[in-house]
Amino acid sequence: MTPDQIFVTVGGLAIVGFVAWFFWLKRTPGVKASVVSDGYQEQMVLVKGGYTPDTIRVAAGRPVRLLFRREETAACSEQVVLADYGKSAPLPTGTVVPIEFMPGDPGEHEFTCQMGMLRGRIIVEAA
Amino acid sequence: MTSAHTAATDRIGHRHHVSPTASAEAASPAGDRQAEYGTLMRKWWFGAAVGVPTMILSYPWLIPGLRDLFPRESPQLWWLWVAMGVASLAVLVYSGEQFFAGAWEALRHRSANMHTLIAIGTGTAWIYSTVALLLPQLFPSEAMTDVYYDVTVVVTALVVLGMAMEVKARGRTSEAIEKLIGLAPKTARVIRDEAELEIPVEEVVVGDIVAVRPGSKVPVDGVVTIGASAVDESMITGESMPVAKSPGDEVIGATINKTGAFRFRATKIGSDTALATIVRMVGDAQASKVPIQRIVDVVSGYFTPAVLILSVLGFVIWYDFGPAPAFAYATIVAVTTLIIACPCALGMATPMALTTGVGLAATNGILIRSGDALQAAKKIDTIVLDKTGTITLGRPAVTDIVPAGGFEPDDVLALAAAAERDSEHPLAAAIVDGATERAITLAAPAGFEAVPGQGIRAWLGERRVLVGKQDFLEAAGVNAAGLEGEAARLADEGKTPVFVALDDRAAGVIAIADPVKSDSVASIAALRKLGLQVVMITGDNRRTADAIGRSVGIRRVLAEVLPQDKAHEVRKLQLEGRTVAMVGDGINDAPALAQADVGFAIGTGTDVAIEASDITLISGSLRGVVSAIAISRATMRNVYQNLFGAFVYNALGLPVALGVLYPVIGLLLSPILAALAMSFSSVTVISNANRLKRFKLAEVAA
Repeated sequence: MTPDQIFVTVGGLAIVGFVAWFFWLKRTPGVKASVVSDGYQEQMVLVKGGYTPDTIRVAAGRPVRLLFRREETAACSEQVVLADYGKSAPLPTGTVVPIEFMPGDPGEHEFTCQMGMLRGRIIVEAA
Repeated sequence: MTSAHTAATDRIGHRHHVSPTASAEAASPAGDRQAEYGTLMRKWWFGAAVGVPTMILSYPWLIPGLRDLFPRESPQLWWLWVAMGVASLAVLVYSGEQFFAGAWEALRHRSANMHTLIAIGTGTAWIYSTVALLLPQLFPSEAMTDVYYDVTVVVTALVVLGMAMEVKARGRTSEAIEKLIGLAPKTARVIRDEAELEIPVEEVVVGDIVAVRPGSKVPVDGVVTIGASAVDESMITGESMPVAKSPGDEVIGATINKTGAFRFRATKIGSDTALATIVRMVGDAQASKVPIQRIVDVVSGYFTPAVLILSVLGFVIWYDFGPAPAFAYATIVAVTTLIIACPCALGMATPMALTTGVGLAATNGILIRSGDALQAAKKIDTIVLDKTGTITLGRPAVTDIVPAGGFEPDDVLALAAAAERDSEHPLAAAIVDGATERAITLAAPAGFEAVPGQGIRAWLGERRVLVGKQDFLEAAGVNAAGLEGEAARLADEGKTPVFVALDDRAAGVIAIADPVKSDSVASIAALRKLGLQVVMITGDNRRTADAIGRSVGIRRVLAEVLPQDKAHEVRKLQLEGRTVAMVGDGINDAPALAQADVGFAIGTGTDVAIEASDITLISGSLRGVVSAIAISRATMRNVYQNLFGAFVYNALGLPVALGVLYPVIGLLLSPILAALAMSFSSVTVISNANRLKRFKLAEVAA
């Protein structure tokens, strides 16, 4: 092997390792939804190329209200689906759309766009 | 911050409650989609305008006229390519802007999607070409390195075109719901202060008397008070024949009055109307997930990063082992791999088919609650039909009266009718109606007690009247054996014999029959043709049940099932290893509908939101069950076709792009072909889903 081949091979494998770590292994701690005056745990979620924040921690046993605000026109994100809670809503650009649900037992649930390309997680923690 | 949220929430909540038409405003997904389509098409035309000359001028030595103007290695060719580099950068910035923005946004969320792949692919081709142009000394070969600006421009243009077609096709999949929303009437003529007043439909309140002229739309749901007419309900129930309406009948908003004029009392308005509920349910169902999608989601979560990894590995292998110029080959392989992978086809396969299938069902008066219901409906092998109201009209009538010795027929009917006067049992209504028709005056019972599934016990003054099954009478010490023969004969004719006793003496038998609906026989035959075992369930005695079963072509009949045991019977069928659908009225049969793998509520009229059911049939015809199953099957078939296509496409496309065929037959894919294939695959998935709309219900109902 020539030096440049060794360089490309080592560099390539390093990139592969980085991609796997970056997309699959590293996880963010997420944002804890705050309790508002009507007793709901509320969190604003910005929809633009993804969900911000994409990991939301909520306490079990208290209703949750997620406020989705879509700030793009790409068709991908025009619908948000909380499959585990049987909830979904169309998200017109620039409008705040609330979705309410009871979080249920501690565990993890996903929310996604209709095609499952954009993903977010709801982590239900023991109250 | 919180109060701002709340204010915003209120605003949305309000807008949603006004009327279903609100969502057809400019801020709707349909409006967004139109704008998105326009933008994408402009981006495509710009990309195409730059793309065509770029394609030609990338290989001027292949074109006779240009060969002499721009010979290889010439300075004018270098300048030409610099100009192309600038033009293609413009295409990346304008037409390809969403790829880079999308990739960056996704990256910030530690995810990767189609945008990531296209952005890295086109970006790499551009940077490679620019480096080759400006710093040729980095490249080993002394010859001037070829550039790939054409890849950058044409791939961007093609993928943008694919996205535009996708947006357009997505719009078509949701046409059904938009058509439903469009059905909503705008105005109503209400009677206020004795005058007929035309007002916007939002201002109608419950209890208003609404006048409907011939040829106009029924504005909201209600009950007819005066007048009679025929109403075309096909847009809601899927029934093509107009339905006769007279006082007491329910009318559904958005249906069209044909001939007569009538007035009705509004019972449901705004978001409570059948139409608004249907629109809401269809929207929810379209956005729900078919169970198989959960598997696909897991796959697509790994898919895009996996393609990135494959592309890097492809580069390394081609660089280490590929032919010269290794760097150029390796780059092209890596770019082609990124571009050919189509996570979109995978992601869209199920939702597109679901949206189309659920919409198609809704336009036929069939409301499929969710993707789960759809997938389950495809799997059923046994269908249980509740007899009363499902196979039969559910309006039984007295057909024969056989008195015992010492009683007159009218006496028997009078006793039974008096006893049953306050009962809510459907047979009671038949007896009371029968007595009314014969002009018999009903005595008022002093006491009354119903034993579910058995009969009733009533006191007329001091005298005890029993009306019910033979067992019920005998358990109370009445000898009804003398009537057994007559009862058996009536039962063999498919009629229900009801025994009547006065004190301890049997008084007679009243035969009641519930006429079979006109299309039940054909529908049951169609269900069997779909390969389902059809089972009838009824509280009737064995003989009656068998007689009706025979007349409609059902072999397996579950007779003498008490209402509360229906769910248990469904469970028993499930224990036989069957996947069971139950068809019933959604109120009395709710537990059985919930127990079944798929519950069909039939003939719900305006009560479309029956909780226990997975599939709601607004009309009362069994044909709807046949259509619902046929649509579910066609939709799931479409889902599998799409998934299969998407998987096979990626499974074949990726290795070819990586060049596995190169050592064998020397085939290496051009990135431009990869872009064509990628756009084509996602458009194919959507077109296939749209094909569902042409699904003909007539074929299965015949």
